[in-house]
This record gives sequence, C-alpha cells and structure tokens, in this order.
Amino acid sequence: MNIVVCVKQVPDTATERKLRSDDNTLDRDAADGVVNELDEYAVEEALKLKEAHGGEVTVLTMGPGKATETIRKALAMGADKAVHLSDDALHGSDALSTSYAMAQALNKVGFDLVVLGSESTDARTGVLAAMLAERLGVAQLTLANKVDVDGTSITIQRITDYGYDRVEATLPAVVSVVEKINEPRYPSFKGIMAAKKKPVETLAIGDASIDPSQVGLAAAWSEVVDFAAAPPRAAGTIVKDEGDGGAKAAEFLASKKFI
Amino acid sequence: MIAPTALFALDTLLTEEEREIRSTVRRVCDREIRPHVAGWFEDGELPARELARTLGSVGVLGMHLDGYGCAGMGAVSYGLACLELEAADSGLRSLVSVQGSLAMYAIWKYGSEEQKQEWLPAMAAGERIGCFGLTEPDFGSDPGGMRATAKREGGDWVLNGTKMWITNGSVSDVAVVWARTDEGVRGFLVPAGTPGLTVNDVKHKISLRASVTSELVLDGVRLPGEAMLPGARGLSGPLGCLNEARFGIVFGSMGAALDCLETAIAYAGDREVFARPLASFQLTQEKLADMALELGKGLLLAVHLGRLKEAGTITPEQVSAGKLNNVREALEIARKCRTLLGASGVTLEYPVIRHSVNLESVLTYEGTSEIHTLVLGKALTGISAFS
Repeated sequence: MNIVVCVKQVPDTATERKLRSDDNTLDRDAADGVVNELDEYAVEEALKLKEAHGGEVTVLTMGPGKATETIRKALAMGADKAVHLSDDALHGSDALSTSYAMAQALNKVGFDLVVLGSESTDARTGVLAAMLAERLGVAQLTLANKVDVDGTSITIQRITDYGYDRVEATLPAVVSVVEKINEPRYPSFKGIMAAKKKPVETLAIGDASIDPSQVGLAAAWSEVVDFAAAPPRAAGTIVKDEGDGGAKAAEFLASKKFI
Repeated sequence: MIAPTALFALDTLLTEEEREIRSTVRRVCDREIRPHVAGWFEDGELPARELARTLGSVGVLGMHLDGYGCAGMGAVSYGLACLELEAADSGLRSLVSVQGSLAMYAIWKYGSEEQKQEWLPAMAAGERIGCFGLTEPDFGSDPGGMRATAKREGGDWVLNGTKMWITNGSVSDVAVVWARTDEGVRGFLVPAGTPGLTVNDVKHKISLRASVTSELVLDGVRLPGEAMLPGARGLSGPLGCLNEARFGIVFGSMGAALDCLETAIAYAGDREVFARPLASFQLTQEKLADMALELGKGLLLAVHLGRLKEAGTITPEQVSAGKLNNVREALEIARKCRTLLGASGVTLEYPVIRHSVNLESVLTYEGTSEIHTLVLGKALTGISAFS
C-alpha cells in the first residue's frame, strides 16, 4: 500500500507566536518550528498500517526551506521517503489554495491512502482533509480514532457524543486522525541516523503542475485584515466563603454562562 | 531575555544530528519523566523496568557502543543525552549510566562473544537491566582492597563477599561483579536469582531517591566457568568502566545545574519583593550572572572533552578534571538557586532542592571529589598522595 502522510511545520505552541506586520501572515522566524502534533499521530498510524500490510510511507509537506526539519523528524520516526513542496509563490496560501497545491502534489506522487492530522495548531481550520478528498475525487474519512484496512476496503471509527460512527470506503481515500488513535513513537537514534540517507524530493510549483494564479497571498479567498496582541490576563475574582461560598461560586459561574 | 546557554552560543558547537538527539531525549523526559519525577523522589520509588524499555526503544541505553543492537553514537551525543536525563533527575541519569557505561560497557569491552550476544541486545532494548558491583562497604575509593573473592572449584567459580551502593541492584537481571582471584581481580556475570545471591535495597536515603540503590550479598554463589569476563584482569578492568561513566557525569551534572538555573530565572522574574521583581535586584542579577558563567564554562569543557573522546585522545586525568569541576560547580549553582527561591526552594514543588541533594551523591560516586583532586595533584606533581 502506498501511503502518503501530510505533515506541517507549525510554530511551537510553547513559545510566543506572532504575525508579520507587513502582510499579516505567520512570522516563521519568531518561533521555533515543530511538527504539528496531530501529524505525528498520522505518521504513527501510517507506519503501523505499513507494518501490518506492507508498502511504503511517503511524507509530504508544503512549506519554506526550514520545513525540512519537520521532514527529517518524520523520516526519523520511520517513513521511507519525502516530498517537499516548496516555492516562494506558495507564501500566504489559505486553506483552499493549500488544498489545491497539495492535491496537485499528491496526484504527481500517487497514493492509495492519504493520512493527516485532523487540524494544525496554528491556523486550526480543520478543513484540509475534506478539501483534499474533494479535490482528489476520493472518499474522506475524517476524525478517525481507529483505522482498519482490508484489501481495498478501509474502515474508520469516529467518536461522537452518542457513541461512535463506523465509516467504510474503498481505497484510494483520505483519512484524518485524532490524538486518541495511537501513541506516536519517539524517533530512535538509529532512525535519526538513517533519516539522513533517505530520499527527499523537492518540488517547485511547476513540478507539480500548480497554476501560480491559484496560490499565494494574492489568490487567497480568506484574508487576515487586522490583528492585535492578546490582552494581558485580568486579575481573578476571589470568593470569600462566609457560609454561602457555594452559592457565590454558582452565581459567578452563571454570570459567565458556564452553568 | 536569552537562555543561559545562548551566552556561549553552545549550539554552534553541535552538529544537527547531535541537536536532534538532544531534542529527542528532552522530549522523552518532558513526557515520561518530568511529570512524575518529584513523586517518585518523594515516594522513593522508580518504575525502572518501564523506563528502561522506553529509553531502550529510543536507543539511549549503551548508545555510545557499537554493534549488538547499540546505536553507535559519538561521545558528545551520549553526553547530551546524559545532560537531558540529569536535567530531569540525577537518578534517571544514574540508571542510564550504570546500564550503558558500567554494565553494558564491561560486557562489550571484556566479554566473550557468547556473553555479548546473550546480554547486549536485550540490555540495549531495555528488556534487561544490569548493575555493576565493585564498591564494598569498607572499600569505595580504594577498590584494590576489596574482600570479595572468587575461587575455582573444578570448572566452576564460587563467589563470596558483599557489594554496596549498587545502583539498579534489585531491578537487575545481571550483575557484573568484581572479585579477587588467584590471578588478580576478575569480573563475573551473575544472573539475578542465582542461589546464594541476596539483594537488599538501601532505604532511608535523602539523595537519589528516584533511583534504586542496593546491597549485593554473595554467599557461596556458584557460577559456571564461562561466567567470567575473559578480557579483564586486574583493577584496570573495572576502572576502565568507571572512566566511561564519569564522562557522562561531566555533561549530566551541567543538566541538573541548567534546570536549576532556568527555574531560578523564571522564579526571580515572577516573584515580587518590596513591590518589584526579585530579578530586578542587583544581588539577584549577580547570582544569575555568576551561575550562567560557571554553567557555560562547564558546558564548554564538557563539549571539548567529548570531542577529545571522539578523537580517542582523552586521558583519565582530563575526565577527572571535568567531573571534579562540573559536579562541584553544579552543586554550587543548585545551592545558590535555592537561595533565590527562598522558602519555596526547599519544597518538591520546584526541582532545585531535589537536584541539590542528588548532586551530593554525584559529588561522591564515580570517584569522590577528593580522589579526583588528588588525581590532578598527581598529574601536576608526579607524586601520588593516595597510594
């Protein structure tokens, strides 16, 4: 089975994240880049599927040169090879144009199954899996906490408020995963050494037949018009218990519409 | 604000691969160790088997050895792993040092092919744990005086004696035990459960509480002839292993110091005294600056020694210099950070007092600070003050 895992480099959530003042896009130099956490679960699931069914795991990422760090991490976990879609023309692409560019790259690379995290910790749109499936004309199985493949049929389980959905489809397909699905392995030292020797192919937009007028900041359907720094945290409210502490706490919660 | 290590641009001395290894170990510590370690320390318990498997899966155990399932990494990578582990807790670094640099190294360096095949792959994976029995109740700095004996009986060996302060003792599957024979000191592999071997844990420790420390009592322990390590004869065998382990401490101790300093800097920024941040006082800034200097110097020394080790030119005196300086300064940094944290500094809510009391053990084991001082004295004068 030919599995492609889409991974994204995002600013470390533990550091202060900033937007650029010139074009309102993410300031990638302001914070350390890390692998989007949910994508690690996607890599783990792809590796498990490969271990069970054979085949090959290819990492696909779209991002600037710095994103090779993320590729190396996925390769160190055990993926076989990587494709890095990198072009200045892609800067500022929104979810819609990203899904177009990624779909073009996926068509070029070829796949039986595409696996990705259900959302990224930076933009948090959570729509890429659905958009990709539409663009590729294949089934979408989103928010999976369990994946089973049997021949050309794929089944996922999705937790809902009332239990879980079982969703079945025929390959090829796009699956997005949630953090309950597995426990991602740590890249082993041997994996880190081996990653240096694994093939990484870099694609410019022309290599993936991507139309430059459909990507980048100018082509984005959504626009960041303005932004402001998060306000400093306000001082908390202290409820003094004079026998009526419970009632006062309840009043406070009600005033904030928690109850 | 910059990190204390940025003052020395330490990362520019490391390869990309070394930085990746460091970040992997840091991540393992952040997820698997840091959330629990204060509790383990308080309870005096350690899930050693579980941790060994996790660390083994990453490749930490015996990482600086080649073949037999070991990762074959350089000395600086090994040092950085020790640094990250000890930034979490010296007890965890002790587990890894004893497994990789004492037990596994002894088998790797002095063992027969059969011994290596039997033990090393499983120990690298963390499926089996090892310990190292050299020190005795009355013989620490002077191992040459050891009383444990191994006597030939037909084709077998029979061991008698007591080994003390043995890290990983009661969780071990195999003990590397050093004993006096007619042909000098020799090493033996004693599997757990061998009749005549009794293992008792040392309770009531105030230091290295997140680490297993035991006594090994050998009372007529009968071993087959092939249990002896063929490649080691005389004290140079065990001393060669100790040299490996104390190299890891050169880095590790700086990890404990770094964790203390980062904690103190954050605390001094948050804590207000006389209506302004503790960090704004000149006495505080002097403490922080002095500590950052010693930390940076210690780390530069560690990386330098690591490169010498990778080149194969490092001497035991140089390792002594590194261990003596870095543990001494780490302990000083931990104590000074404790003063910045005030009363909070004595609680387990912050890692500082835990590091501080752990480092009291690190100051003494793997060659006491006194012995390392005399090693340097001997190197400088040509006169041995201790033998």
